Amino acid sequence: MTGRSSLLAGLALALALTACRREERRFSEPQVLVARRERAVAPPSSEPVAAFVDNAWSVSEGQRLFGWYNCAGCHSLAGGGGMGPPLRDATWIYGGSPEEIHRTIVEGRPNGMPEFGSRVPDYQIWQLVAYVLSLSGRLRQDVEPGRPEAIALGQPPAMTYEKKPVPANKGTHP
Amino acid sequence: MALGLAALANACDYRRGALDPISPEALTIDILWWVFFWTSLFVLTGVLIALAFALYRGHARGKSSDTRAELTPDAALERRTERAVLAASALSVVILVALLVGSVFGGRALFRTPQAPLHAKVIAHQWWWEIQYQGKTDSDSVATANELHLPAGVPVDLELHAADVIHSLWLPNLHGKRDLIPGHTSHLVLRPTRPGRYDGHCAEFCGLQHARMELSVTVEPPEVFSRWLTEQRRPAAAPAAPDARRGAELFARGPCALCHNVVGSEASASAGPDLTHVASRPFLAAGALPNSPLNLRNWLSDPQAFKPGAQMPPTGLRADELDDLVAYLETLR
Amino acid sequence: MTTAIDALPHDDSGSRTAELRAELAFTWRLARGLRGWFSETSHVVIARRMIVTAFVFFALGGVQALLMRIQLMRPDNHFMGPDRYDQLFTTHGSTMMFLFAVPVMQAMGVYLVPLMIGTRSVAFPRLNAYAYYTYCFGGLLLYVSLFTNTGPDTGWFAYVPLSSSQFAPGKRVDVWSQLITFTELSALSTAANLIVTILKLRAPGMALSRMPLFVWAQLVTSFMVVFAMPSVMLASMYLAMDRLVGTHFFNSAVGGDPLLWQHLFWFFGHPEVYIIFLPALGMVSSIVVTFSRRPIVGYLPMVLSLVTTAFLGFGLWVHHMFATGLPQIGQSFFTAASMMIAIPSGVQIFCWIATLARGKLVLKTPLWWVVGFVVIFVIGGLSGVMVASVPIDLQVHDTFFVVAHLHYVLIGGAVFPLLGGIHYWFPKFSGRLLSERLGRWSFAFTFIGFNLTFFPMHILGLHGMPRRIYTYRAATGFGSLNFLATLGAFVLGVGVLLVLVNVVSAAYGGQPAGDDPWQSDTLEWSVSSPPPPYVYACLPCVFGRYALWQPGPRAVVEDMDPRQRQVLVTSALDAAPDHVYMLPSHSMWPFLAALATFITIVVLLFTPWAVPLGGVLGAICLCGWFWPRPPHEPLLAEQP
Repeated sequence: MTGRSSLLAGLALALALTACRREERRFSEPQVLVARRERAVAPPSSEPVAAFVDNAWSVSEGQRLFGWYNCAGCHSLAGGGGMGPPLRDATWIYGGSPEEIHRTIVEGRPNGMPEFGSRVPDYQIWQLVAYVLSLSGRLRQDVEPGRPEAIALGQPPAMTYEKKPVPANKGTHP
Repeated sequence: MALGLAALANACDYRRGALDPISPEALTIDILWWVFFWTSLFVLTGVLIALAFALYRGHARGKSSDTRAELTPDAALERRTERAVLAASALSVVILVALLVGSVFGGRALFRTPQAPLHAKVIAHQWWWEIQYQGKTDSDSVATANELHLPAGVPVDLELHAADVIHSLWLPNLHGKRDLIPGHTSHLVLRPTRPGRYDGHCAEFCGLQHARMELSVTVEPPEVFSRWLTEQRRPAAAPAAPDARRGAELFARGPCALCHNVVGSEASASAGPDLTHVASRPFLAAGALPNSPLNLRNWLSDPQAFKPGAQMPPTGLRADELDDLVAYLETLR
Repeated sequence: MTTAIDALPHDDSGSRTAELRAELAFTWRLARGLRGWFSETSHVVIARRMIVTAFVFFALGGVQALLMRIQLMRPDNHFMGPDRYDQLFTTHGSTMMFLFAVPVMQAMGVYLVPLMIGTRSVAFPRLNAYAYYTYCFGGLLLYVSLFTNTGPDTGWFAYVPLSSSQFAPGKRVDVWSQLITFTELSALSTAANLIVTILKLRAPGMALSRMPLFVWAQLVTSFMVVFAMPSVMLASMYLAMDRLVGTHFFNSAVGGDPLLWQHLFWFFGHPEVYIIFLPALGMVSSIVVTFSRRPIVGYLPMVLSLVTTAFLGFGLWVHHMFATGLPQIGQSFFTAASMMIAIPSGVQIFCWIATLARGKLVLKTPLWWVVGFVVIFVIGGLSGVMVASVPIDLQVHDTFFVVAHLHYVLIGGAVFPLLGGIHYWFPKFSGRLLSERLGRWSFAFTFIGFNLTFFPMHILGLHGMPRRIYTYRAATGFGSLNFLATLGAFVLGVGVLLVLVNVVSAAYGGQPAGDDPWQSDTLEWSVSSPPPPYVYACLPCVFGRYALWQPGPRAVVEDMDPRQRQVLVTSALDAAPDHVYMLPSHSMWPFLAALATFITIVVLLFTPWAVPLGGVLGAICLCGWFWPRPPHEPLLAEQP
């Protein structure tokens, strides 16, 4: 009986902790621009990555920044691709792990991807990484962003949001 | 207690919001408010006197006679009591109908507004106000943030939009509230009469920083207003001082230009407030801080300490860079 | 079926009565043990649990209020940040509205209505247990969420698009919308239960025109619940679907409308105020009649006022939306309705004052709470007339003026009568008397603290302080009045604490109360305190409006089988005896059904697959719940 109830209690605690992490809202982190640290970003331990990709607020902030920093200008609004490669499929030119996506945003890539490491604080880059991961359906379902309202002034009125990744060959860009 | 309200309302000489009207509309509401207030005070006094009388009479009778319940009270007395209740009810109906008529006519006066020669657009964002004065051409237009300048005696038509969630524009000295609802466009005509600085605030809960979503209203004589407008149309000049030049460079190449716009420079993003004349504004970040070079520097080094949850991230700049940036921003007058 | 004029229900001396009571006690005995605790369906037990649970939530909501007052005590305070503050004010509002006010009023009804109308139970005891457990689970969900940083943070009104998935990421708003589902399910079940109980189980002779005003208030309220709650259930379901499966009910970009939410929500939200407030009026009437020692002045106007309030209450939701810019002429109608609803309230106030003036007052604690109620509620009602006026509302809407107004109406109009009611009925609930001395002290602290807290807020609102802000600048000058309000909040807290001390100390060492400590008029005072599970040994007959004050011998219903859980069904209008109805015994299934509901809804936070899951679980539970039993269950038929 005690064994079972302690198991239950442990399970409840684990659930509670997941919920805590999912819902935490960290508005700010001690900041230096990544570019100021070292060019070669050391692969971060899994903890900070998880703190962003398992956090609904981070993903949602990433969604907002995706529009604000005009990522959508090249990758289109829900990451469907345009001038830049689509972000919703399984094809990654420079690697699709969180660390690799982070590096792509920080350092930029040839043929058009600018470097953001000197302009955007590191935590916001991780928020963008989290959102980019959500585009290809690689996040836990309970932190995924919902459909956007698409009502900010000057944005197209309607925007569909599909969960299925589009075919891999469509619109890939070297 | 209600007398206390009157006394306190008159005694307080600080910001008095709705009780200090400076436009015909706000004055109408103010008059209506005092009519309702004195009527309510009259009704409240009546009820309290009746209650005190009832307690006194009932208590006296409760002490004198036996405590058994009286199932069939004296019929004549009963009729008199019922008549008193009926009279009180009839009186309240009369009072309510009178108040209703006053309210309906007051409401009609509120929105019977003349043609406005001046137009401005107010766009509410989480958590700041974007204000646009449209000119004849694009270069005539003025964009500013968190400050509304109005010419005294000239009706101004505000076109209201919301960029994200529902906000509500409340300038208590000037008019009642008007909600800004995504997908809806609404209008509010303001007719300020008395020059001065007044406060406005978002009045619909709009998220984390609803508390820091203030709007400063400056009512000034028309000639002062048009001077201000001309001043605001002027694009920012390239700074002369070396530190400000370094700051301008940092602004354009660094984090700032990703979101902000300075007319006359390379920075032309529209996510955050337009900063072309930021140094001339009364406060920073929609009321989070009074505008001063020191506050500006503190704000830039850690915005989240002053406005947690605001969409301005910490810039991560070094101390010397912050000095340069502040020197540049202070030239944007 | 015969009615005997000479048999007194209260006469324990006769051996026949003693035998009857023993049989009834066995038939209606409470379930025992841990399993029994979960399968008990006695309305007295369930209502007692519900009242205690509601007051626990009241205390939690009160603590949240104090925390918020500490934050607002001085300008630019850093006691807590906006994230925590938003969660607190949302949880405070949702707790007080959904987890305290409505349930506690209904629980008082579930406890007292069967006693007052002279029957043994509510009509559907199992549904009653189910309602309690769903309510309890809903509250549990909200508080587990709050402590795991998932507390809803978009206000108890959750306006879209702020509560849409784009602006409210995570599960916080989903928790809120499912809390609504739980509490509304519970409220609807209880309302249906009370309507049937009141209309069909009244004692023979208790025609509608002889029903105590408390029962009338509960009946009217229950009908309001039935009409108002579906609107908010629909709204919260739309919101959950918008968030979970991407429907677009409220998304203006694709043809939805954020204003639709406001209409649906306030179509429920305003009647909600009256749902909380009408039962309180019933309590006031009970207290006033008893302590005035005379019939109420104007029984018919009182009843008509209740009914009018219920009708008008559905016609004024738009006064929450005056600032959205609806057409003028439409607004005028809602202004008129909002002002006219003051008339029935006024009529009732006048009737009570007249009753007091013509009565022989016994100034006990319950009556003091009623006096406090009249003073505070009249102020709240008058500020209500102010906010009904479009121009004035445009200034004070969403400011601290409205915070002051709503607390004057809800605390003054509902909590003061409720605390009066607790002081009045506590002897019946527990068999013990509360301390008069402590009762008066607690009233004084609560009354003074309340006014100190909320009166300054009127002025703050007029001076420009909006609602729901977690801090304000020093230059605004709001500091001193806010400090006063915080001070008052703690005085108010002491007052409520004294009530708690009084209740706890009386429960464990109060003077024995006897059956009828106040010499009251209604039937619940004719049974022993606390009432036995079968409530009445013989069901009473009623010959007048004030049953226990009627002169002459009392009559009872005879020939009911004590070996079955029988109640007498009477006609809806005149309460003429019709037939005997057999109530089910206690059962585990209501608890299991509530558990199934809970599982379904929690899973629904994460995936729509919860719907088929809930269908299966629900079907199983309903089969168990309604499984046919032999007409004479061994449990009930066997002799001890």
